Amino acid sequence: MAELVFSTKKRKPWIKKSAVIMIIYILFLLIPIYWLLNMSLKTNNEILGQFSMWPENLTFANYLVIFTDPSWYWGYFNSIIYVLLNTVISLAVALPAAYAFSRYSFMGDKHLFFWLLTNRMAPPAVFALPFFQLYSSVGLFDTHIAVALAHTLFNVPLAVWILEGFMRGVPKEIDETAYIDGYGFFTFFAKIFTPLISSGIGVVAFFCFMFSWVELLLSRTLTSVDAKSIAATMTRTVSAAGLDWGVLSAAGILTIIPGALVIYFVRNHIAKGFAMGRV
Amino acid sequence: MSLQLKDVTLTVNGRPHLFETSLELEKGTMNVLLGPTLAGKTTLMRLMAGLDVPTSGKVYWNGKDVTGMRVQDRHIAMVYQQFINYPTMSVYDNIASPLRLMKQSKSEIDKAVRSTAEIVKMSDMLDRKPLELSGGQQQRCALARALVKGSGLVLLDEPLANLDYKLREELRAEIPKMFEESGAIFVYATTEPEEALLLGGNTATLWEGRITQFNKAPEVYHRPNNMITARVFSDPPMNFLKLSKIGNQLFLDDGQAMLATGNLSKLKDGKYMAGFRPNHLELNAPNDTAMKFSALLNVTEYTGAETFLHMEHGGHNWVGLVEGTQKLDLNSILPVYLDAGHIYIFAEDGALVMPASYATAA
Repeated sequence: MAELVFSTKKRKPWIKKSAVIMIIYILFLLIPIYWLLNMSLKTNNEILGQFSMWPENLTFANYLVIFTDPSWYWGYFNSIIYVLLNTVISLAVALPAAYAFSRYSFMGDKHLFFWLLTNRMAPPAVFALPFFQLYSSVGLFDTHIAVALAHTLFNVPLAVWILEGFMRGVPKEIDETAYIDGYGFFTFFAKIFTPLISSGIGVVAFFCFMFSWVELLLSRTLTSVDAKSIAATMTRTVSAAGLDWGVLSAAGILTIIPGALVIYFVRNHIAKGFAMGRV
Repeated sequence: MSLQLKDVTLTVNGRPHLFETSLELEKGTMNVLLGPTLAGKTTLMRLMAGLDVPTSGKVYWNGKDVTGMRVQDRHIAMVYQQFINYPTMSVYDNIASPLRLMKQSKSEIDKAVRSTAEIVKMSDMLDRKPLELSGGQQQRCALARALVKGSGLVLLDEPLANLDYKLREELRAEIPKMFEESGAIFVYATTEPEEALLLGGNTATLWEGRITQFNKAPEVYHRPNNMITARVFSDPPMNFLKLSKIGNQLFLDDGQAMLATGNLSKLKDGKYMAGFRPNHLELNAPNDTAMKFSALLNVTEYTGAETFLHMEHGGHNWVGLVEGTQKLDLNSILPVYLDAGHIYIFAEDGALVMPASYATAA
């Protein structure tokens, strides 16, 4: 008994070696982000004038510029609008497509499935010119839906691919049991099937969001004023007066936040998605 | 109420899964589809359910043609070998879901769910999610969902195959009770002859996409109408040997000759196939008239109470099932005995000529 008490009191060294290495690694990764944050809280003079590890004249003026100037904050709104549009369209299209691929075999299904993926193999730059011309001629230029549609070219194949993997994991007998119980196809799909692949939907929404939020080239080519994205806005701050370092850094920090939030909310789904082997 | 299949066939991608089959199941009967894997049990069941549409032929329910009708409108119930429940719903909601779709009132649903849960012994589990349950409980939940509908046709496709031995025995003993309370036509697919006999009712033996015999289970067991049925309805499969009768003498394929006794003496002269069940083979002569064979012993397997003997005799593989743990020399010639009363006589084309005399007495 005495030994037992002794053994519970005995402590291991208070930090594990692996934890130390991990912390150093994470700090290292965070350096650029810290530097961005650091710059966003400085004046342009301090950024350009001296080297300092933290802001000596702490200022929120840079953020104030973004929150008060419509050409800045509308960049965020525009981006969020077309990102959400894109996510909704991608899911709406990919869910039935993935269901068909996972449940039915039809002529050329495997080739079609692979062809979908090949759409992702071309860089967006290839499509910039045809999209610009096409959207201009049908009057879609500089609209949110234009960017959202352009991004579906890349997001739908990935979404189908991921969802098909999740759907394949659901036994077909569940579908049949539901029909036997009396569910029609659409009630079954909404009430029984969708909850079963909610992780997959989460993963897909995450990937659509990430691609669309980060993508610069198409969003810049397809918009000018009304639907100008935040990424495009940031690249257009190089003016005659030079680069406004502080404001640009503040914009950068604000651009990271939505992505970080999305990752935080879907992190468990992503882990599950990796475990299911299609992400 | 009755279910009638009339000349149904199913061909998928040019491959026949089920050959022309007719079958009529009466109200309130337990019907076992017995056959090895790929015999067509599941195919037949899916046609009964309306999950698949027969390539040709008709399905009638209470005399009404239901071929090709949507499965939602068929009002049937089915339980699969895999434990299929709705994982995101609680057990209560799982059982209630078919009733909710029938637009029953809340109190009616509650009453039905609770009484059905009572029958399948799941009353304490109603709040749990299916994946938190053991395999046996998951299957009970699936059974409850099938029973609660009160449908006239309940299809059970090897419902116990994925359960361990103990749970299987337990649930199998309860199924006849569930069946009696439902008053429905039960169709139960299994690969085990033992289950067909234990569940009682009718048995249809299947082999390579055909029903070989359909009758009361003991009747099929005792009087299989051909060699295939006999092989299917025997575990381990029935043993066979060639035999010819000339006058009152039987000539066996190993060159032995013996006097035909009992029923065998009434056989017409000619060539036959003789069959007997593994458990009728004995290591010691049961009586003076017993037939004696010299078989090559290849493998013995002990299950504790019994010993399986895998032997070769006259080009046929034989299996013997004897009591106790038998220590025998492998790869040696073993004398084994068979009471002539346990021999089935089949014609050379496989049709039954004469059932074993013990079976006709039973």
